[in-house]
This record gives sequence, structure tokens and C-alpha cells, in this order.
Amino acid sequence: MRKYSPKNDVQQKSYYTDRFYIAPTLDKAPVTSDSTFASDLSSLSNVVDIKDAYIQAGHLVIYVDSRDNVKTITHLKVIRAYDFLVELSAIDYISTRDGFEIFYEMLSTSKHKRIRVKCFLKSTDAIASVEPLFRMADWSEREMYDMYGVIVKNHPHMKRILMPDDWQGHPLLKTYPLIGDEAAQWYEVDKIFGKEARDIIGPELRDAAQVDRYDTNRFARLGHEVPKGVDITNGNEPEDTPIRYQEEGGVQLFGKKLVTPFDEIETKQLKERR
Amino acid sequence: MAQHKVNYLQDGGAPIVLTTVDKIVNFGRSNSLWPMTYGLACCAIEMMASGASRFDFDRFGTIFRASPRQADLIIVAGTLTKKHAEFMRRLYDQMPDPKWVISMGSCANTGGMFNTYATVQGVDRIIPVDIYLPGCAPRPETLQYAVMQLQQKIRRNPANMRQKAKRLV
Repeated sequence: MRKYSPKNDVQQKSYYTDRFYIAPTLDKAPVTSDSTFASDLSSLSNVVDIKDAYIQAGHLVIYVDSRDNVKTITHLKVIRAYDFLVELSAIDYISTRDGFEIFYEMLSTSKHKRIRVKCFLKSTDAIASVEPLFRMADWSEREMYDMYGVIVKNHPHMKRILMPDDWQGHPLLKTYPLIGDEAAQWYEVDKIFGKEARDIIGPELRDAAQVDRYDTNRFARLGHEVPKGVDITNGNEPEDTPIRYQEEGGVQLFGKKLVTPFDEIETKQLKERR
Repeated sequence: MAQHKVNYLQDGGAPIVLTTVDKIVNFGRSNSLWPMTYGLACCAIEMMASGASRFDFDRFGTIFRASPRQADLIIVAGTLTKKHAEFMRRLYDQMPDPKWVISMGSCANTGGMFNTYATVQGVDRIIPVDIYLPGCAPRPETLQYAVMQLQQKIRRNPANMRQKAKRLV
């Protein structure tokens, strides 16, 4: 259970707390507390240099050098029977440590154990592909490149997977604005109509709730509708324009033929719900 | 044998109805609006429901077509991503004139809750829209009402009217 903290001054406090939620770190256990993991680690330490290792939430977490990633994963797959690469991606630490943390989440279906291999990659470096070992890495590495701009060596076709090929920037970087940079905001206009159409179409309206009451090109006030584009700033707004179901010259909707008109006097209204 | 008792002598003796060219052309256009199936997200489910038996678009003469070349209406049902915007415009250009557009749901109208880098903030940045249909997602009744409004719009205008200069290039 989460520790209780008094919440009397929570409103005042929020001004001084971090803007984003920072997840609490789980307890770390030594690797010797699990015999399977301990033997995995000792086997692996003969092959690569291990920087750090601990058990967290039942996962063995190993830190290796970014140049040893293929060697580590090959060893874990071939010798230690970790036959699934579940997930792989990067975490943006550019502002604090000038690089990315790449993680590989692996699962052994025979041992029912999970290992997370982590390595730190300088933002100027490139990482080697693990696609020859796991086909799953094909799309994951492309996504990592698309979203973070991490370049992967020896990948069969290194190109974007989610964003269009001519997209600029990598959207999941912490420096990338949520509503997109300039190229992103004008992307579809530039591509379809050309840059000269920017003035005609105008910038994106990012506040969807913004309503200009006098803008009759884009809005119609309910019950006070006017034809499109009529100037109503000088008090020319009609008092009331009810919704018309009956079309001019159309089929008679209300009459003996189709629907009986609503008669307030003849109609009974129940006092309560039956 | 059935006996067809047609009274050829009523209305001055001729089985004739008089109307104007505008009315007969608009009658045809408004009662056979063939929309292109353009489901992009969850609004497409409501659009499909409108086409199916319970709500029954067929009685409006609205039959979904799978090709832009056979369609004169496009119902943009769902979130339009920037990657997809190009194809959407291309399909719109492939539709023969006269053509109309219904923007269905919040995402198609304004981008909706997807105030992000990857979503087009309203399809009217790409193609000219005739009817904006609010809702998230709009009920099939609402889509029917939008189609009926569009039919009224078509009947109001002269049939040989030049397609109005669109806001976009």
C-alpha cells in the first residue's frame, strides 16, 4: 500500500512539485537471492562485461555496454534459453545524460523467467541490430528509429514505420512539442497544396472549444441561424429561426396523410411517469 | 388476369406531370446520394449501423459505394491522420462533380480530442465540407439527419449552379 501523506496543503504544494509524475522506484534485490538468475548472470559474465545487475519486481536487470548488446542477447538466447524478445525500445535521457537508454525485455518460456538487458547509448552513436536473432526486432527497431531517431546498424531496411517517410523530427523525443513543430503543423498543407497555400488555409486551430460568435462562416448559433457569411456584428442577428422540418415545396409532412400535427389541447400529459 | 383500372381521362386526359428541370434533376441527385465508404475510426461503426437494416439508409437512396468514381458524397467518419491526408484528398479529387462532403464526428470536424502532432485538425483543411456533424460518435439518427439536411441543401439550389468556389485552392 502507498504510504499515507497528509493532504491539507495539497493545492499549495502542487506549485512546487514536479510537473510530471515520477514513478517510485521498486526495491532492488541482489542477484544471489534467485538461483536461476545467479547462474544466468555468472554464465553471462564470462562473455561480456556486466556493469550492474539486480532483481527488480521478479525481473533480472542487467546493464551492459552498448557495443555488447548483440553478444549478450545471443548468449541469453542460445545458451540460457531466453527464447522470446518481448519488447525493445529506447528512453530519452538526452537532457540529463546526453543519450538514450536502450532496453531489451526477454522471456524464457521454459524457465518462466524474464530478463531486461539495458545499455546506455550516446546520442551520437548507433546501436547494432538484433534483427538476425529475433524477427520481432525488425519493426521494433524501426519504431525506435522513427520515434527517437536512434540509428540501428545492420538493419535490413532502416526507415520510418509509423510516421510518413518525409516527416521531419522524431515525435517521442522529450524536446518535441506535443502539437508538433512547424513542419508538422503544416505537413498536410505543404504536401497537398504547397507552401504558398499556407496563407489561404491559415494556421491550425488548436483550441477546439474556441468559438467566435460573430464568425458566420464557421459557426451557426443554434436557433439564430443566418445564411453563411452574413455579417451580424451590427445587431442584425435574427431573434429566432426555428428548425424547419417542412421543406418549401416538399412533401407535406404534417397533415392527414403522414403525421398528425401535435395538438396541445387534445393531447394528454401524464403527471408522473407510469 | 388482373384488371388495371387506369383512368386515362383524369387530369385533362393525359398521364403527364409538369415540373421544372431544376426540380427533376435535384430530385434525382438528392434521392440517390451515393456515399463512398470512408470509415477511418469508431465513427465508421455508427456509419455502418446507419447503412444496415435497423436504420436503413437504402430508403433514402443512399447506397454505399466502394469506389470514388461511383460516389457523389463522401462521409469522413473518424480521425484523419496527417499521413493519410494525402490519400483523402486524392480520393476526393477522383470523385466526379457534383460532389458533397459530410464531416462526421468531432475528430473529423476539429481534430477532436487528438490535439497532437499527427492528427489533421479538421478535414476542412484538406477538402471543402458541406455539413459538419457533431458528436463523439454521432448516433445513426444524427447521420440520417445530416443526410436529410444535405438533401434539402441540394434541392434548394438550382441544378445547373456552378459548384461554389471552394475555400481551398
